[in-house]
This record gives sequence, structure tokens and C-alpha cells, in this order.
Amino acid sequence: MSEEDWLRQDRLPHIFCAGCGNGTVINCTLSAVEQMGWKRQETVFVSGIGCSSRAPGYISTDSLHTTHGRALAFATGIKLANPQLNIVVFTGDGDLAAIGGNHFIHACRRNIDLTVVCLNNMIYGMTGGQGSPTTPMGGLSTTTPYGSGEPAFDLCGLATAAGANYVARWTSYHVRELTRAILTGLENPGFSFVESLVQCPTNYGRRNRFKQVADQIEYFKSHTILVEKAARMREKGEMIPPDMILAGEFVRRNRPALGVRP
Amino acid sequence: MQGNTACAEGALAAGCRFFGGYPITPSTEVAEHMALRLPKMGGVFIQMEDEIASIAAVIGASWTGAKAMTATSGPGFSLMMENIGYAVMTETPCVIVNVQRGGPSTGQPTLSAQGDMLQCRFGSHGDYSVIALSPASVQEMFDLTVEAFNLAERFRIPVFLMADEIIGHMRERLIIPDHVPTNQRKPYEPGSLPFRAGEDLVPGFPAFGKGYGVHVTGLTHDERGYPCATSPKLHEDLVKRLVGKVEGARGSITSCDILNPDAEMVFVSYGAPSRTVQQVLHDHPDENIGHLRLKMVWPFAEMFLSRFTNAEAFIVPEQNLGQISREIERHTDKDVVTVPKLGGDLHSPGELYAVVEDLK
Ligand SMILES: Cc1ncc(C[n+]2csc(CCOP(=O)(O)OP(=O)(O)O)c2C)c(N)n1
Repeated sequence: MSEEDWLRQDRLPHIFCAGCGNGTVINCTLSAVEQMGWKRQETVFVSGIGCSSRAPGYISTDSLHTTHGRALAFATGIKLANPQLNIVVFTGDGDLAAIGGNHFIHACRRNIDLTVVCLNNMIYGMTGGQGSPTTPMGGLSTTTPYGSGEPAFDLCGLATAAGANYVARWTSYHVRELTRAILTGLENPGFSFVESLVQCPTNYGRRNRFKQVADQIEYFKSHTILVEKAARMREKGEMIPPDMILAGEFVRRNRPALGVRP
Repeated sequence: MQGNTACAEGALAAGCRFFGGYPITPSTEVAEHMALRLPKMGGVFIQMEDEIASIAAVIGASWTGAKAMTATSGPGFSLMMENIGYAVMTETPCVIVNVQRGGPSTGQPTLSAQGDMLQCRFGSHGDYSVIALSPASVQEMFDLTVEAFNLAERFRIPVFLMADEIIGHMRERLIIPDHVPTNQRKPYEPGSLPFRAGEDLVPGFPAFGKGYGVHVTGLTHDERGYPCATSPKLHEDLVKRLVGKVEGARGSITSCDILNPDAEMVFVSYGAPSRTVQQVLHDHPDENIGHLRLKMVWPFAEMFLSRFTNAEAFIVPEQNLGQISREIERHTDKDVVTVPKLGGDLHSPGELYAVVEDLK
């Protein structure tokens, strides 16, 4: 099977805008699932509401497209009722960290055995570009027309503190690293959280100085700093510029987990 | 046995193997009993982080084919509303127990009410139909919970057990039958479409993990389950089918007890106030006082009203300001005397008999 075999061909074309980063991350995820050797009938994709949450609708396994923010609660029910199923959750930054924030930290705490792929475009894509909990300070959106005045969430820090077994961050530029991280997440028992920054040319890029799609991808490339390097810099007392994206693996551990296949 | 415990036992007897819930008075004993019993029966109990998550987990579990339920009271019930609509739209069988307490808001956590009867019918957005049962004894907490599962499986809808604090916390004798009739959702026939319904308007259930590759969404969807949210015709057909599968079966599923059908004055009741009506009839045996006791409140069975051919007035005692009275008014040109009661106490038999005396 190739990644394409995991797609519902009869549902294409998809709704994503030209230049959207979601397709890249969906590809990376399907590639990782493929490498796991998972069978279609034992794999379930779950999502909430948002552009990113439309992903399961294009994948040919059983899929549950739920309500805004609640994907992890639905997924918890599926996994506990049938631990034989492999579960991957697609979610957006608003879906996961705003309306779904409470479910997120509790899923991490329970360390329920599933993998979350968060497509973080730092904006509400589906509803037309409102501010999200990950919109950076100063970021422009339709609801932060003078620049966001709120600090943003560090989703990986949150997942780590709340108890997830595996936590990593990459971007849509880092296709190979991202695929590798998702694969590690799928392999790892317990709650795996992989965040990928994605460009949203329509709603984020356009308003935030990324004139071309490539500009934001270029930014992801030039503004990424590895977790290990950041740690070394901190040790030396060096400043990490606030606009840098910390990427790599934040945690890989073996806390007791829920719903692991017997 | 206590009503709430009888409810949990009824669920287990009906084949429930998943419970997701969040503690709330006066329903908590249902969760506690499930926590005690389910793990020993190969089932799953989970205390979720809130009621939104509880109903979500129940719906997720149901898609693996498990019979699943949750139990709550007013504040938690309000939180569940969005996902109840999701269960309706995705045709997910599940049972929701609401042991009602006084509202609005936090209200009277430990006292009885029936203030959520319209919320259970209309509380989620959009047009839809559901089934709500209302037990009036500990035995019915068991029997109607079994019935709730059977109806949820048959129609692929959320079914409500609309109990109240009095029945939930009442202790009475319970007889658990050796054989409890149960049913199972109709299986999906491969080769059909996952949301294509037959004559009964209920599609076969394509459980997850069987290789059907079904897509389930709360968006308006076609028979393949694929989102198609902009076709007026498709949306209208879908919503009308979802409503039609319940309303169309009204004649065959609604159930009630009828006493003195020739009476001119007829009590209509459900849940705890039924006990007071029974006391009135016990104290004042009179063929001119009738009693229609609804076990199923939604869909509303207006045809039972016309069984009382001589009726001149329907007297409706409720632990709310007249929620089901309104429904009765819609269906009859006879007098409807609403007897509201707020605060947690039942009507006294004297209070109800005084209404009869007034009408005489
Ligand atoms: C309860 C509820 N509130 C609000 C909405 C409207 N809504 C739909 S998607 C969305 C935000 C989407 O943003 P995000 O989760 O970041 O995903 P993206 O579209 O950017 O991928 C909102 C607010 C909704 N569907 N449900």
C-alpha cells in the first residue's frame, strides 16, 4: 500500500486552500501509519472541528469527525471500549487548546494510548482568521486587528507538564523529521503529542507579512532551533530570541498509560 | 434497593458495558454503582473531566458497538446538549440518565424537580426527535432503563431516562427478572451505504473496527456519510428521516398506565407526582377520577388522552411550572388544569384532592 491508498479518492478534491500546510502534515501522518504496518480496519482517525479536523474525512479508515474541541473525549471512549483499535487524532490549535483545552490536559494526564497530530496554524482557519491561543504576541487576525496582546500557549510545554509520554514539535518544512516524530509517537505506548506548525496563507500569512506561501515556510526553516541546542544555549546563559521555534523531541518516557492493547 | 442503584442494575442487565460520567447530586449513585460493577463484568467505567467529555466518550464507545450510557443532573445535562445533537445527527445509540434536581443553575442539588422535561426534548439546536422515559418507582428505574437501551439500539438515537431525585433516592423492593429481554442494533449490510435506511428509516450500524471504513460526521451528510452541507434538499430529507423514524413509531412504542377511562376528571402524571396521584385514588376511590400515567413522555402520546372519552378536565401535577401541561393543551380542547410545584416537595394528596373538589 502507498499513502494514496489511505485516501478516499471519491471525496477529492479537498477543501484546503492553495498553499495550505495541512496536506503536507496529513501526508507525513499517513506515511508514518503506513510504516507502522497498521491495517485499515484496525485504525481510526478522529477529529474535532476546523480545517485541520476535516482531514479524517479524506482518509479511508473508520473516522469520527466530532464537535469543536471534543475529539480527545470521543477518542478516549473509542479506545477504552476497544483497545485493539489504533487511534490518531487530528486537531487544530483552537480546537485543541482553546475550546478543547481541558480535554487535552486530561488526555495527557490519563496518558491514553493514542497519537495526536496538532496542525498549528496560529489562527482560526475555518472561521476566517480570528485569533487563537497560539497566535503570537503582536500577531494580526480579524479579532486582534491591533496585534494580539495575549501571550501564546506553548502546546508542547503543556503536554509535557500534563503527563504525555511522547511530545515533539516540527513544522511543515521539516517533512522527514515530522514523519519520524509521528512514527515515534505511533510506536510509543501512551499519549503521544506531535505539534506541527503549518502555514495558512489565506488567513495567517496574508495578514502577517508572509506575502508568498514560500515566505512562511522559509521562516519555519530559518527560525527553528533544536531543543538540545536551546538547552545548551540556556546553560551558557545565552538568550534565545523570542521568535524562535523550539523543535524536536521534548519528552519520551514511560509513565503508566491507559487503554494500551492487552 | 435505591432507585439509582436499580437504574445501574437495569443498565447492566440490558447489556451496557461502557459508562462515562461526572459526579453530580442526585445522580452520583448510578456512576458509583457502575464503577463497582462494570470492571468485574468486562466493561469499562471512566470518570471523565466534565459532562461534555462524558457524553463524548459514550458516543465514541458506542461506535465500537458497545452499549454505553451516562448519568447526570441539570447542570451536567445542560453541558451535554451539543453532543446530544451530535448523537442524533450521527445516529449513535446511547442512554442518558437525568436524575432531575431543582434549577435553574445550581439550584437545589439535593431536592427533586422535573424542570428539564422540555430541555430533553428541545435542548440541543436544530430540529430532532428523541425518546424520554419517566420512572415512578424503583422497579421502573430498572425496567425503564432496560427499555431505554432497547429503544436506543432499535432507533439509533439517544434515549433519556428522565428520573427525579425522589425516585432516584427512594428505596423500594426490586424484582430482577431471570430473563431480561434485550435487543441489539441492526447490523450494517456490506454493500449497502452506511447511512442508507430501509423502510423503518433506521440504517444498519457499521461499527468501527470491522473494515467498513465508515465516515461519521455531525455535518449534514449523504448516505455514504460524506459531508454535503449546502444542499437544501439533502438536509431536509435527512432531518425529516431522523425525526420520522421516531415520530412514525409513536403508536407502537409509547406506553402508559390508564385507570378509570370513563372518568370526567383525569390526572395526567409522570415520575414522582404519580405516587401522590395514586395515593389520592387510594384514599378516594371514585370512578369519576381517572389517571393517565405516562411512562414515556417523549414522543408525546396524545392518543392516550382520547381514551378518556368522558373527560372534561385533565389535571396535571408536575414538579415544574407546567411543562407537559403545555403539551397536553396543544392536543385537547378540554380544560387543562396545571398544578405546578416547585421547591423539592411533592404535592400532598390533600392538595391534589382539593383540585378535584374544586372541579366538582
Ligand atoms: C461550539 C462551537 N463553537 C464555535 C464553532 C465555530 N468554529 C468552527 S472551526 C473554529 C476554529 C477553528 O480553528 P482551529 O481549531 O485552529 O482549526 P483550523 O480551522 O485553523 O484548522 C470555530 C471557532 C463551532 N463549530 N463550535
